[in-house]
Amino acid sequence: MHGRELIAFRIADQEFCVNVMSVREIRGWTPATAMPHAPSYVLGMINLRGAVLPIVDLSQRLGMKAAEPTDRHVIIVAQVGLKVVGLLVDAVSDILTVTDENIQPTPDIANEAEKGYARGILAMEGRMICLIELDSLFPHTESEAA
Amino acid sequence: MDMNEIKEIFFQECEEQLAELESGLLKLNDGDRDPETVNAVFRAVHSIKGGAGAFGLDDLVSFAHVFETTLDCVRSNKLEPTQDVLKVMLKSADVLADLTNAARDGGSVDEARSRTLIRELEALANGETPAATEAPAPKPAAAAPKAAAPAPVVEKPAVNDEGFQPIPFSFGDFDEEPAAHYVPTCQILFKPKKDLYAKGNEAVLLLRDLSRLGEMSVYCDMDALPTLDKMNPEEAYFSWKISVTTDKGEDGVRSVFEFAEWDCDLDIHTIEEDVVSEATDDEELPMQPVPFDLSILDDGGSVAAEDEPAVIESDAAAAVAAAETASKVAQVASRAADNAKAAAAASAASAAQANQAAAAGQTIRVDLDRVDRLINLVGELVINQAMLSQSVVENDSNGTSSINMGLEELQQLTREIQDSVMAIRAQPVKPVFQRMARTVREIADITGKSVRLITEGENTEVDKTVIDKLAEPLTHMIRNAVDHGLEMPEKREALGKNPEGTVRLTAKHRSGRIVIELADDGAGINREKVRQKAIDNDLIAADANLSDEEIDNLIFHAGFSTADKVSDLSGRGVGMDVVKRSIQALGGRISISSKPGQGSVFTMSLPLTLAVLDGMVVTVAGQTLVVPLTAIVETLQPEASAIHSFGASQRLISIRNSFCPLVDVGRILNFRNIQANPMDGVALLVESEGGGQRALMVDAIQGQRQVVIKSLEANYTHVPGIAAATILGDGRVALILDVDAVVAASRGHSLRQDISLAATG
Repeated sequence: MHGRELIAFRIADQEFCVNVMSVREIRGWTPATAMPHAPSYVLGMINLRGAVLPIVDLSQRLGMKAAEPTDRHVIIVAQVGLKVVGLLVDAVSDILTVTDENIQPTPDIANEAEKGYARGILAMEGRMICLIELDSLFPHTESEAA
Repeated sequence: MDMNEIKEIFFQECEEQLAELESGLLKLNDGDRDPETVNAVFRAVHSIKGGAGAFGLDDLVSFAHVFETTLDCVRSNKLEPTQDVLKVMLKSADVLADLTNAARDGGSVDEARSRTLIRELEALANGETPAATEAPAPKPAAAAPKAAAPAPVVEKPAVNDEGFQPIPFSFGDFDEEPAAHYVPTCQILFKPKKDLYAKGNEAVLLLRDLSRLGEMSVYCDMDALPTLDKMNPEEAYFSWKISVTTDKGEDGVRSVFEFAEWDCDLDIHTIEEDVVSEATDDEELPMQPVPFDLSILDDGGSVAAEDEPAVIESDAAAAVAAAETASKVAQVASRAADNAKAAAAASAASAAQANQAAAAGQTIRVDLDRVDRLINLVGELVINQAMLSQSVVENDSNGTSSINMGLEELQQLTREIQDSVMAIRAQPVKPVFQRMARTVREIADITGKSVRLITEGENTEVDKTVIDKLAEPLTHMIRNAVDHGLEMPEKREALGKNPEGTVRLTAKHRSGRIVIELADDGAGINREKVRQKAIDNDLIAADANLSDEEIDNLIFHAGFSTADKVSDLSGRGVGMDVVKRSIQALGGRISISSKPGQGSVFTMSLPLTLAVLDGMVVTVAGQTLVVPLTAIVETLQPEASAIHSFGASQRLISIRNSFCPLVDVGRILNFRNIQANPMDGVALLVESEGGGQRALMVDAIQGQRQVVIKSLEANYTHVPGIAAATILGDGRVALILDVDAVVAASRGHSLRQDISLAATG
């Protein structure tokens, strides 16, 4: 039973969190270069100190409304498998330290899409935060080409 | 560092040694008789053998041993390095390279070939060296039983786990009475330093050379030898007291040590004959010298080198191995002593080959990843600096501020840094050229032609990745040049040419690119046949009016070369389209010029690095794209009269009376759904794989610039139609167009179908 740290962030009116270990850095939004033939949630590529980094609209990826990126949006640069991906979110809200006991199982009313990425939910001071498994959001395609 | 890493280093060193070996042999072939060249060649083989012994690569050891033996005959002037001798040696160098590769990658080698060469080498070493029999050991045959006799005495100390017991031995027959006539004797105190071994010299060889001068007795002082646990295998511990009775005098003795003089303490003085015995008596040798079979030392000798080369000469098998050997071979204990010595010497020698190279050119071995990281960072620096300049210019209208001057300086510095970093990756083309020498030899052998390869500009530097990818097309072209280009010797003679054909391979820098030329003095291209062939293959109309140049260039056409059909053609054409494609894949261009009866010249122009690319920056549907300049033939502004609709959605553009399909890049890449009006844009006439031309429609041309290539696959996935990405001066990512894929897509293959697209999951 050991604590682990999570980074919590906001998309629209919902809160989500990911393991802090997979987050490389957090940076502001910069316009991305559109990719041909890309799924709609791939906003394009940005230059991260010389590396070309794909930006994913996490809102769309999670099945919600497409984001309209502004300067106030934030990109969470995360390591997923061997690759580095930028996740566009509305804002980073918190760093949480939780133990496994704090994490409740995903309720079974969730449909397949939510079950796919949600690892569980956290109750924090009256807020509900959904723990996301990044590897399941970007499955084989991200590691295949590696 | 585990064993595999050490082994990897050994193989890397082998590559260097093999290159050294080949260039040395070629120098000898050109008539160079510098003893240092011979020594360098010998050292190379010796180092490979030494290292291979340490890793138990027996095939490699035994071949290298035979090779070394023969080379030693050349070194000691017993064998004249004639053309014939060198031919065998060059082949041996090839086999040695094969064996090394086989040992590294686990492949197999042509055993019959290596066995034949071993026989040839042995024949050279034995057959042409009558000197070997009359050489050093006065009684080689008798020495063997003698060696056996004292062995039991020595056996015990030899297996003593404290270390090695000193075993004095004498060269020549010590008991024998000195000759009656007056011959001066030299007393030599020889104490090698570490550097002696580091430079590839070996005490054993020096002693052997000494023994050739006359009667000799040797006492080896091993007092300085520490116990095994304290022993540094690269240190020199032994010293020798030698007395030689020779009529060559002190100068003769000194000349033996000519190359070692600086790396050892050497004390030579001549004493009178009758004093010798006294002197040696005075020494009160602690042990009775063991008569020593000199032929063991003499690699060229008739002693069973076949049976035990690994044992006798597995020098670099560190001191531990030598200790084991010592107990095993205690029968001939003196051998063990020699072994220990050789072990120390050769391990030092192989390890120190690098040092030697360092002395010559001061090099270090760096992981390529590190260099690439540095290059990436510098690329970033350049971009950042550009962005900074841009924002300063925007915010500061008067351009004389000190900030501006500082920025200018920064700009110069970053550029210089970028150039220097790029230079780190640059390597001379020499290794590839050397490989071509081998290809020429092999092809010449197969075809029965006599060919001379002349290389020029081997030190021209180019990026390592370019070098790596150059070998294949070059091999192909050399094969073609020898096989199809050059005539048979008889025919050449009949034509009044030198029966020996010449293939000239030249590299040079020209305006920021490397230009490689391959010229032969063969028959040139038989245009009639090429033309006929092209007509037969429906490549050109029967009545087409083609210039000579156009005909020559037909050989690069994909449809032209179907190897089985073309093989009877006296011109060229085997797989030249493959060559052209691989050159183009490197961002290069290839052209040919040919004169009937005088030969052909292929000219390749390649970028100096694959990390950057010359591109045309264009705008398509609001996006910035980069089109590789090498693909673009010309750019043009289409006129309404030149555009012709064809079928439902196709459009053709007429360029000088030929029709070329128009391809809307924005449409192909899904940036827009409707065809753009060709009159609003610019057409880029491109040539793609397979030779087809297409006019790519883009909205506007921004300019030309050199861009740094960035991988998309690293963090994303392959995108059809896009070759890679780059970062422009404003810090934004721009995509580099994959012209071939776009052209292929315009032929009806949908880009989307090509791959299971990016993240659909």
